[in-house]
Amino acid sequence: MLIFHKGGNKEQNYISQKAKNTSTSTKIVKEQLYYMMNFSEVFKQSNQLCKVSPDGKYLATCVQYRLVVRDVSTLQILQLYTCLDQISHMEWSSDSLFILCAMYKRGIVQVWSLEQPDWHCKIDEGSIGLLSSRWSPDGRHILNTTEFHLRITVWSLCTKAVSYIKYPKVCQKGIDFSRDGCYMALAERRDCKDYVSVFVCDDWHLLRHFETETQDLAGLEWSPNGCVLAVWDSCLEYKVLTYSLDGRLLSIYSAYEWSLGVKSVTWSPSSQFLAIGSYDEKVRILNHITWKKMAQFEHLATINNPKAVVYKEVERRPAVGSDDLSLHNITIGATLFNTQSQYEICPPPVHIPVVKPDPERANPKIGVSALAFSSDSRYLATKNDNMSSAVWVWDMQKMTLEAVLEQTSAVRCFQWDPRHPRLALCTGNTKLYLWSPAGCVSVQVPTEGGFQVQSLNWHCSGDSLILLSKEQLCLCYMDSDQEDK
Amino acid sequence: MPESSLEFKDTGTGSVECRAAPVRQFSQSSLTLHRSSHMLNSFCTEHNVQECLSHINQEVSSLGLPPVWTESTGSTEINVVAVLNCMYDLIQLHRRGLRTLENMEAEQLKSSSNVDYLQITTTRLKEQLEQSRRENTAILERERQLQLKMKSLQNCLKNEKEEVQKLQNIIASRASQYNHEMKRKEREFNKLKERLNQLLVDKKEKKQAIDVLNNIGRADGKRSLWRTEKTEAKHEGEMYKTLLSDYDARQKELLLENAELNKVLQQMKKDIVTILSARKPTLKRSEQQDNCIQQADSEEEDEVFDSTKEGVDQYCVHAREKLTHSIRLQWRKLKRHVERLDSQASLAQMDDTKATDAVPREIHEEEMERLREEIQQCKDFIHTQQQLLHQQLSSPCDEETASLLSDCYMLQEKESLREEWATLEEQRKIFERERRNFTEAAIRLSHERKAFEDDRAMWLKHQFLNMSPFSDSKKPHMSKSKSACLLSETKATAASAQRKLIKCPSETSSSSPRFIPHKSKSTADLYHTLCLIPENSSTKPKKKTERFVESSISLNGNAQVQRHDSDD
Repeated sequence: MLIFHKGGNKEQNYISQKAKNTSTSTKIVKEQLYYMMNFSEVFKQSNQLCKVSPDGKYLATCVQYRLVVRDVSTLQILQLYTCLDQISHMEWSSDSLFILCAMYKRGIVQVWSLEQPDWHCKIDEGSIGLLSSRWSPDGRHILNTTEFHLRITVWSLCTKAVSYIKYPKVCQKGIDFSRDGCYMALAERRDCKDYVSVFVCDDWHLLRHFETETQDLAGLEWSPNGCVLAVWDSCLEYKVLTYSLDGRLLSIYSAYEWSLGVKSVTWSPSSQFLAIGSYDEKVRILNHITWKKMAQFEHLATINNPKAVVYKEVERRPAVGSDDLSLHNITIGATLFNTQSQYEICPPPVHIPVVKPDPERANPKIGVSALAFSSDSRYLATKNDNMSSAVWVWDMQKMTLEAVLEQTSAVRCFQWDPRHPRLALCTGNTKLYLWSPAGCVSVQVPTEGGFQVQSLNWHCSGDSLILLSKEQLCLCYMDSDQEDK
Repeated sequence: MPESSLEFKDTGTGSVECRAAPVRQFSQSSLTLHRSSHMLNSFCTEHNVQECLSHINQEVSSLGLPPVWTESTGSTEINVVAVLNCMYDLIQLHRRGLRTLENMEAEQLKSSSNVDYLQITTTRLKEQLEQSRRENTAILERERQLQLKMKSLQNCLKNEKEEVQKLQNIIASRASQYNHEMKRKEREFNKLKERLNQLLVDKKEKKQAIDVLNNIGRADGKRSLWRTEKTEAKHEGEMYKTLLSDYDARQKELLLENAELNKVLQQMKKDIVTILSARKPTLKRSEQQDNCIQQADSEEEDEVFDSTKEGVDQYCVHAREKLTHSIRLQWRKLKRHVERLDSQASLAQMDDTKATDAVPREIHEEEMERLREEIQQCKDFIHTQQQLLHQQLSSPCDEETASLLSDCYMLQEKESLREEWATLEEQRKIFERERRNFTEAAIRLSHERKAFEDDRAMWLKHQFLNMSPFSDSKKPHMSKSKSACLLSETKATAASAQRKLIKCPSETSSSSPRFIPHKSKSTADLYHTLCLIPENSSTKPKKKTERFVESSISLNGNAQVQRHDSDD
């Protein structure tokens, strides 16, 4: 009964875009880029639970208490599972064979097998409660964090064995698996001191256990090559520490004292850079040899750099916008109520709207909260919370500002294409925005009733995007063949 | 004060003897005045002539004048001369006195005005003084107030400081208290957690449970191993392995980078060395002063060159040090060189300005001399011309007849020239026609030749087709040696062509003999090749005959040969 076909609502968007701005800003070299984008039909979804399997073949979505697995290429339903309650969390196992559905309210985790639809597994945490549930990298163990962070229960699907890890720390990011799935780092709190435990995921053997020099550890993250662990303190103190896999302290970095410190930390995919975003609206880049600061990116309200291209989204009513078709997107069948928008290149100086945070409130909306490296480590995208409508793209080779995208509304989410240097972002309206070194486009999602994009996810091949609204999802296919045109 | 100044002035003007005079004068005048009050008009009566005389005498002598009358004579007669002299002196004295009086009055006036002025100034100054005093008091007052303020502010500051200290203390104590509380809470929290854990473990009715249909295999398909010390060691080993591999990779990267940088350094050094060595000869010529430095440089350079030879092992610490050292040296030299060049450039500029003056001066002079000579010559020339003209003019010749005569000559000449021109034109036309004929004939001829060539080609082809196996074996060889032989051929054929011209005229029926020798030559060659008889080898060079054997096999080659020959 729930069969949908891809291409039932095929919409084509020819987008041309101005591309490069030479330093003088008056001379704009136009480079026409044609993207062919197809949008799928809209599907239901709840809790924004919609994930593509790691192998890129299947798409799992949760609709209330049902779990629907589709083929990504045809969007036909392959499996339909019914859980015991409304699903609050869903996750694919690393081998794309199992799906975990957690119902936190009930304290239950249900696991489904894609190969054997009859197979089932139910884990009941009982009255101890469940706070979060996740797969171990091998896809055969489930790690459940109980309420109050009492402990972490490790369930084995192979042997039904249970093991407990005590003293997990309540923090922003207290657990992280290395990229190769060999090691797990866990933040712990014992006797009012912070510790880090490194486990071998294979048999949950405790490899290393060491105290960290932090006041109140806020998070930890493995470098992509799995050899260095970055640990940072809570926002009260600017402190970032790096530890080697064997527990040796490699470096301590502190940019300043006394004011609010680290807000976000990210490794570059090459493990070469450690980017630290902080409350002082700056991003600092540490290198992997000396662990010293090698660059500092400031998010100034006035952009004077003539080499940075500032794309400003300009909205206009469709009636007005019909005169200059070559310069902005044409959306066939766009709803009348949707405004069209296009990017304009602004010559410097450009003023980015700034919202002053309320000093009386905790967790002020200021500072760099989101950092993301492109897959080739060439670009870094950042977002400063008090300039929520702008996304900044930095060139990591020249260590300069490459582009700024000033949107008409606050940026909700941005993500890099896992294959190409291409950034997708959404602002909670009916448009999808794409940035690449060649230019910038805004695309209307061509659905009836308006599809407000709340978040987005790239398919691992970089060929398609999953767009999520509050209760719906939609796939956007990018034809790479057309891209070269 | 004014008196003293007056007196001073007087002494300046009067003589030494007059110094005492005014004082005495003064007393005297008072005395006389005194006396005059008693007896107004009767100073001297007949009765008191003697007394008067003596009195006057006294008076006069007291004035330092010679006595008018001497008692010793005893006579009442007054020496008139002496009296007159005395009177004159007295008048003089009187005048002088008056003058001094005037002076003194003027002085008095001046001094009084001075006094007035001074008085005015003193009053003004007094006022100023008063004012400044007032100001001073005001300032003092203000200062006092400010000091008061400062004191109060200092007090304030002190209070504030104390406050800050207090607050800091409070904060610190609060922080410690807070930390303490937090720790306590955390401990409590932990205890609670423990307790909760315990309770949950103890609790029977709703235990945590796993319900799996059937166990699934491990992702890697292996069975899980027992935990032993061996596995522990294995984990450690693996960890160190990953770490090591990471370090290895990083080291490799660094090595690569290092090598790259080394390469760049080497390149740079080489460049610098070439630059420096290039400028060396010029330098040596131009600079004697830097000789010692130059020598040092050359020594260094030698060393540098050595190091480049040694620098095979770039990763060797020694080599690296040497390299950087040499680069540094070279760089320093280059810098020095550039500086020197700069200074030279500035010097050269100065030289230029001098040179523009100095060098052309001689040339200038020469030029001037030359020009002068030229002018002289011109002048001479003009002079002689003028002379000649003059002579002509002076000679009584009727101009009209002369002009007529010349005209006659001219007309005659013109006529004859015109005739000549016409004949020549005619001749030209004839020639033109002839040439056209010739060209037409030539074109026709070439057409004919082409036809003949085609025919011949056809015939040759036929011929070859009949005897192909032989030619096939020769072909590749020919193509190789063709070009080389062709060159030698073009030189060598001149004589042979002429020879053939004589040899085979019977073959051609064409009227133009120009193209025949080449054609006949090639045909002759053809015959040779076809018959394969090197019959002319005795007359021709050996190489040439070989060439013919090879080249005439292909039509193409043959054509080429012909073209070359015709070029000859």
